[in-house]
Amino acid sequence: MTLLNVKNLNVILETSEGIARAVRDLNFSLEKGETLGIVGESGCGKSMTALALMGLLPEMGKTTGQIELNGENLLEKSEAEMCKIRGNNLAMIFQEPMTSLNPVHTVGRQIMEPLRLHMGLTKEEARAEAVRLLDRVGIPNPRERIGNYPHQLSGGQRQRVMIAMALSCAPDILIADEPTTALDVTIQDQILELIQALVHEEGMGLILISHDLGVVSENTDSIMVMYGGAAVETGRTDNIFDELVHPYTQGLFAAMPKLGRAREARLVTIPGTVPDLVNLPAGCTFTDRCPLATEICRNTPPPIESIDARHAAA
Amino acid sequence: MSVFFAKRFLTLIVTLIGASMVIFLVMEILPGDPALVILGVDAPESAVVSLTKELGLDRPAPERYWDWISGLMQGQMGNSYAYKVPVWELVEGAVLISLPLALMSIFLSVVLALVIGLYAAANHNKAGDITLMGISQLGISIPNFWLAILVIILFAIELRWLPAGGFPGWDEGILKCLKALLLPAVALATVVGAVLARITRSSVLEVFREDYVRTARAKGLSQRATLWRHVLRNAMIPVLTVTGIQFAALLTGTVVVENVFHIPGLGSLVLKAINNRDTIVVENVVLLLATMVITVNFIVDILYAVIDPRLKAHDI
Repeated sequence: MTLLNVKNLNVILETSEGIARAVRDLNFSLEKGETLGIVGESGCGKSMTALALMGLLPEMGKTTGQIELNGENLLEKSEAEMCKIRGNNLAMIFQEPMTSLNPVHTVGRQIMEPLRLHMGLTKEEARAEAVRLLDRVGIPNPRERIGNYPHQLSGGQRQRVMIAMALSCAPDILIADEPTTALDVTIQDQILELIQALVHEEGMGLILISHDLGVVSENTDSIMVMYGGAAVETGRTDNIFDELVHPYTQGLFAAMPKLGRAREARLVTIPGTVPDLVNLPAGCTFTDRCPLATEICRNTPPPIESIDARHAAA
Repeated sequence: MSVFFAKRFLTLIVTLIGASMVIFLVMEILPGDPALVILGVDAPESAVVSLTKELGLDRPAPERYWDWISGLMQGQMGNSYAYKVPVWELVEGAVLISLPLALMSIFLSVVLALVIGLYAAANHNKAGDITLMGISQLGISIPNFWLAILVIILFAIELRWLPAGGFPGWDEGILKCLKALLLPAVALATVVGAVLARITRSSVLEVFREDYVRTARAKGLSQRATLWRHVLRNAMIPVLTVTGIQFAALLTGTVVVENVFHIPGLGSLVLKAINNRDTIVVENVVLLLATMVITVNFIVDILYAVIDPRLKAHDI
């Protein structure tokens, strides 16, 4: 059975300016032990997709479609049932390690929380397990560190604590939303390697969200490129990098900084900004920024076409 | 922790010295001669001069300031000009009314504020929230002396549950005294509680938007468990700040309500002393109030550090 199967996922946000279609008709699936990368620039719906999976959208958000985890549709679950799934079957790491931990509780207490909640461990058992987890994510002196407050740890250490917390109940799927964006470049690789190693060890599914095509290309089995709330290109990571089909993916690839080139050539950008999700254009959402756009693009949304069995693009 | 504590304590002492100087200076500048007020405007010049000498008011100001402060160090407040009794005798009774009244009011306010504020925040933008915030707006707008009259009419005159005013004295039994203070405390607590309830609500709502609250929810904690375990403590810092300020205001600013209930508290005492130009009483009472306010701030500072470990780290 497929671990995660998402069908026709739509998220709308009721904003003061109108209804924003933050996520449109997403379809993807994830097998056990597999890694899916979701790529796109800010505001393309990556984080909204993640929060929709967790059932943690802000109040103004509404989700439709199907999110099947182990064959059960999460969108039909009650809030109480979702509380048993979050942190237990489905865990998440966030972008900002500096603000994602509660400043007034020790990190130990915060790691122990899901253990006691989902696994029913006693305080002593949870404490011992928290020490083991801290040690596993590479925090030195875990026995002492467990009594530290978040402000006593560095950004990288805090993200390690977040990872320990997310993995504490051995979830089926880990969602990592830009887990390294706020960190030093030197720390980024360590954190990504740690996540990969742990995911591999536990055999769980990983959804890695990033705006960095480099990060995603190195760490995933398959990729979904999102633009304006919709998937514009999906496929196996290798196939996608063999042949970048969608002009947006090509743009993202070209926008990766290249060392050893002249100043102007080092960073290529995609002109313009992401479309307004409240007033989406009738045709292709990328028209205004696309070097290949024609009059047809403006009026008709492009269909998804299969390039081969393992690669598709709009 | 000890560095934090010592720093705050030093601030307390320096503030008190500064406050005593300002109080003394203001009373020096204040027009009106105590001797003239005691003897009446028609008193002969010689009588006024001799009374001034008797009260020691002819000596230079720095000398009198030093006498006052050194007296306080030895636990002496001096004698009232108007009543010829030790100032402490006048102050003691008033403090034993005003302090319990302020404590009762702030206790009622905080309980009221937490219940209303948390309920409103948990039901954000729903009917309950909107109704409670409407009522609290009303609570803030009502002058407390008018509310005092309303609660007297309802609870004392119509229902006859509680006395309409006066204070029996602590010798008459604690229960009787608490009953006498309950209505004034309710009148005072309504306004303070309404202010605090709104702050509690907005503070809780703000903390609910924090990243770590999302983390807590992602762990599988329910909305309610998140509120108790992660939101409440973080949301208490602004509430604590305003509680401290409001408590200070309750200690010093209850004179109108004291008058409505005919309670001989500190406010009434100061007012009478100012009218009598009994400057030594005014100075002592105002300094006492300043001490209480500064002490409350000191306690609030300590509580900040208890709530939020980051604040301790900054000071050490």
